Parts: sequence; structure tokens; C-alpha cells
Amino acid sequence: MSAVTQTQAPARPAAGGIPFSRLLQVEFRKSWDTRASFWLLFSLGAIVLVAELITAIVTGVQNVDDVQFGTFATVAGFISQLLLPVLGIMLVTSEWSQRTAMVTFSLEPRRGRVVQAKMAVGLIWTALTVVFALLMGAIFNLLYGAIAGNIDWSGGAGITGFIITQTLAMLLGFALAALLLNTPAAIVIYFAYLFALPTILAIGAALMDWFKSFQEWINYSDAQNPLYDGFWNMSGSEWGKLLVSCAIWFGIPLTVGLRRILRAEVK
Amino acid sequence: MIKVEGLTRTYGSYTAVDDVSFECQPGRVTGFLGPNGAGKSTTMRIIVGLTAPTKGSATVKGVHYHDLPNPGRTVGVLLDASAQHDGRTGREVLTLGAMTMGLPLSRVDEMLHLVSLSPSEAKRRIRNYSLGMRQRLGIAHALLGDPEVLILDEPANGLDPAGIRWMRGLLKSYADRGGTVLLSSHLLHEVELIADEMILIGKGKIVAQGDRKALLAHNGKVETLVTSLDNEALAKALTGKGVGVVPAGDGLRVSAEAVEVGRTAVEHHIVLTDLRSGDGGLEELFLQLTADTQREGAVA
Repeated sequence: MSAVTQTQAPARPAAGGIPFSRLLQVEFRKSWDTRASFWLLFSLGAIVLVAELITAIVTGVQNVDDVQFGTFATVAGFISQLLLPVLGIMLVTSEWSQRTAMVTFSLEPRRGRVVQAKMAVGLIWTALTVVFALLMGAIFNLLYGAIAGNIDWSGGAGITGFIITQTLAMLLGFALAALLLNTPAAIVIYFAYLFALPTILAIGAALMDWFKSFQEWINYSDAQNPLYDGFWNMSGSEWGKLLVSCAIWFGIPLTVGLRRILRAEVK
Repeated sequence: MIKVEGLTRTYGSYTAVDDVSFECQPGRVTGFLGPNGAGKSTTMRIIVGLTAPTKGSATVKGVHYHDLPNPGRTVGVLLDASAQHDGRTGREVLTLGAMTMGLPLSRVDEMLHLVSLSPSEAKRRIRNYSLGMRQRLGIAHALLGDPEVLILDEPANGLDPAGIRWMRGLLKSYADRGGTVLLSSHLLHEVELIADEMILIGKGKIVAQGDRKALLAHNGKVETLVTSLDNEALAKALTGKGVGVVPAGDGLRVSAEAVEVGRTAVEHHIVLTDLRSGDGGLEELFLQLTADTQREGAVA
């Protein structure tokens, strides 16, 4: 307790502003330095690994013929599509649920920059996840090929689409989180969107004729399907549907959420 | 250093902060005093830009908080020691702060040492911290950027008596070196001992401000507490002089200056065992000024 005098005299010249690279560094560190976020990332990796293993065993046992690189990459992608949005959500909501926004925004009162840094961190993790998923796909394809006798590297054409859909999934989680600022609510809404919405839209389309063509413009997940089939072959209307549904599901919540984050009283 | 002008914040029809103006000077500790819900925290949140004012403005070093390029290096803020991620270690919290402000990581160890958090405590997750430890960590975080201004909301909350004394010394020496301190409390005694300047707030309005002397003068009431070997005789003598006397504990509470009481005792050859100015002055003032804002109603 005698250390009172150890701080220097409070007269250091004020430093310049906080460069974006530093905010990015800090936000990246925050994305894995707590137990919850660490285990989320860990389980993302572990589940992908286990799923690949199961795929390899099942296809190996059943002697499925057309196992290829694309098979393994798709399995990894399906898992990461479930967990990446959760990562995107937690990047935003943990500040509010743990009330650290008070500290974050008093150190950088230009809140928009913090949100940008967080989104960039989400994109970095998405890129790392995609690389990991493709790597796992390649490794298991090699293993499978070594056992089965022939290695099939096809099925990699959808990689561009794969990267885009993973990014869109993460961004959707991010946008919902910005809108709701609440972890459970954002996760529930995301999964409702992912699993319940296609069914609801399909029912609507089956019952009402006019809704059938209308829903194609608001069905975000359906609009992403052509991406897998070949990013370069997408038609104008497919692009249109993707952009419109993207604006509805990602653009609107993010815009409203951003306004809320920038203006909200932080307690 | 801190300048608050005509600050008002309303929530619907409820006015949390009502036309509050004050200034905090460098080299001085300013105590922000008021009962729970008086508007202290809201005012502090407005100063650091976490809450938007409905009217009025608050500046630090002449600029709005939003316009400080790297605010952590100018203003140390502790608004709520519990507002930290439970899953982070104490060291991690300080590391993130140091990284944001662009400070060398050696600063983290310096601060941990300063607030007496041991290396093993610093490695623990905040979930396992007591309120006092959180408070120490919060103070360390506020001091991290070596700021010129400190804004602390209820910093003594949860500290043990030794901790409170330690903090008092820390803030005093900080102010002596030219720093500006604004700290809030709902406990008069806590603030009275360190604050050079006091701002009393109740129901969002400032009810009195100034140093101890000015506040007591504002009260306009002089009181002395006295104990003697013959209280009865002393009371009689004082009453004879037309001075108000009421029994208080072992002694008497007299509505006169200490010198008057002493003189009376000498005249009547009464031995005094205790003579001091009524320390209830400020407390009474505090309760009186905020009486209609107290939840308990008429207290004084």
C-alpha cells in the first residue's frame, strides 16, 4: 500500500487518436480471451473434426462411391454455418450482457469504429474457419482416398460460394445481435430464421400463388443456393434475389441496430 | 478541468438531472454527494459521453469527451466496478485497456502493484473477485493511462476500512500532483475526509456546493459539543446567558461557538473533559438539504 507515489505525475502529453489497427487487435483478443468465447471457437473446430471423422467412417463403411473433396468441405461448412453466426452474435452482445460496453465506449467514444472493428474480427474468424474447413476437407479426402484407393479432388468449384455464404451467415448473426443486443434472443431468432422460416415461407408459397414468387425475393437462404452451384453462372435474377433478401435480412437489422448502438445510453 | 453547464437529463416525465452546473479544478478533489438515485451516476455518465444530455453540456479540458482523441490517456473513468466481463482475469482486463490506449504492457504490472492486487489474484477470473477487489481493479484501470482527470463513481463501495484509507491517500496525492478528481458517494463521512470541494445533489438538483467552511456557513448554524464534570451546572450557566442547550449523549449540544462555552466554563470553574465544534453540522446540513429527497421522508 506504499506504492501510492509510483504513478508518474499526471501530466503526460495526450497521445494521438487510437488507430483502427489497434482497435482491431483489441477486439480480436476479446474474441477469444474469455471462457465462453474460447470454448465456442474450440468447439467449432472440434465439432468440424468429429463430423469429418464420422463422414469418413460412414462413407467408408457403406462404400459410397462418389466421395470427393466437396463432400468433406460441405460437411465442415454445414457445421460452421451454425456456429459462425453465434460467434458474430457474441462479438456484439457480450459487451452488453457483461456491461463491458461502459469501459469499451469510454475508452473509444467513437462507437462506430468499435463496431467496425468487431465486424472485421468476425470476418477474420470467418476466413480462418473457411480455411480450416477446407483444410479438414482436404486432409480427410486424402485419408479417405488413401484407404479407398482413389482420391477425387472434384467438388471444389463451389468454394467462392462457400466463402460468401459463410460470411453472410456470420454477418446475419452480427446484424441480429446489433439489433437485439441480447445473446439468447439473437441466437433464438437466428435459428428460427435458419430452420423455421424456410418452412413458413414454403407453406405460404403452397397456399398462396402470389406469395410463391414474392417469397423468392425475401428468402435469404434459398437465394444463397445458386452460389453453391457456381458463383460465376448465376443469372441476373438470382443475383437480384440474393441482394434484395440480403438487404432485408442483413441490411435492415444492421442499420437499425447501428443507430441503436450509436445512440443508446450505456449503463 | 471538468466543466458542467446547465446539464439536464429527462426520462419521459422523470427528470434525473435538473439544470446541474459545476466545475472541478486541477489539484482538488471534488466530492459529489447525494442520496441514492439523486442523479450522481447519470451526471457522470453524461460527462464521459455514455448518456446523451437532454440539455446543457459537459466538457473535460475544454472539449466534449467525444472529441478527446484517446480519452483513456486524459480521463480515468470508473463508473461501475461490476461492469467487467466475469470470464476475464484481472490482468486481462488491464491488458486490454493498455492495448487500447497504446501503453506498454509493463504498465499493467505497475498498476496491479499500485492497487495491491497480487500476481495470483490478477490471474483469477473476475467472477471470483470480491467487490473490494473489483473496485481495486477498477481504480487500476482508471489510472492506467496516467490521466489528468479522474472520474470515479462510488469508488469506496466494498472496500474495507484499510482499503478506504488507502484510496483516500491515493486520491489525495494524485490531486496534490495536479490531478483533477471527481468522485461520488452517498456517504458523507467518506467524502468529507478527502474532498476539498463538495457538491450536494438531491433529486437531480444541486442543493449546495463549496468547501467545508462555505457549506457550514451556508448552514448558518453554530454548534458545539461539550462534556464536563458538572454538565448540570454548565447547562444552567449557559442557559443563563441565553444560549440554547440540549443534552446529547454524555454531554451537551450548545448553540454557541466553542470559545463561548469555554469562557462560561472558566467563569463558573467547571472542568471540561471534551470540547469540540459540532461535527454533526455537515451531516445535518446534508440530511436537511436533501430531506425532501430522502426516501425515508423527514429524517432530521
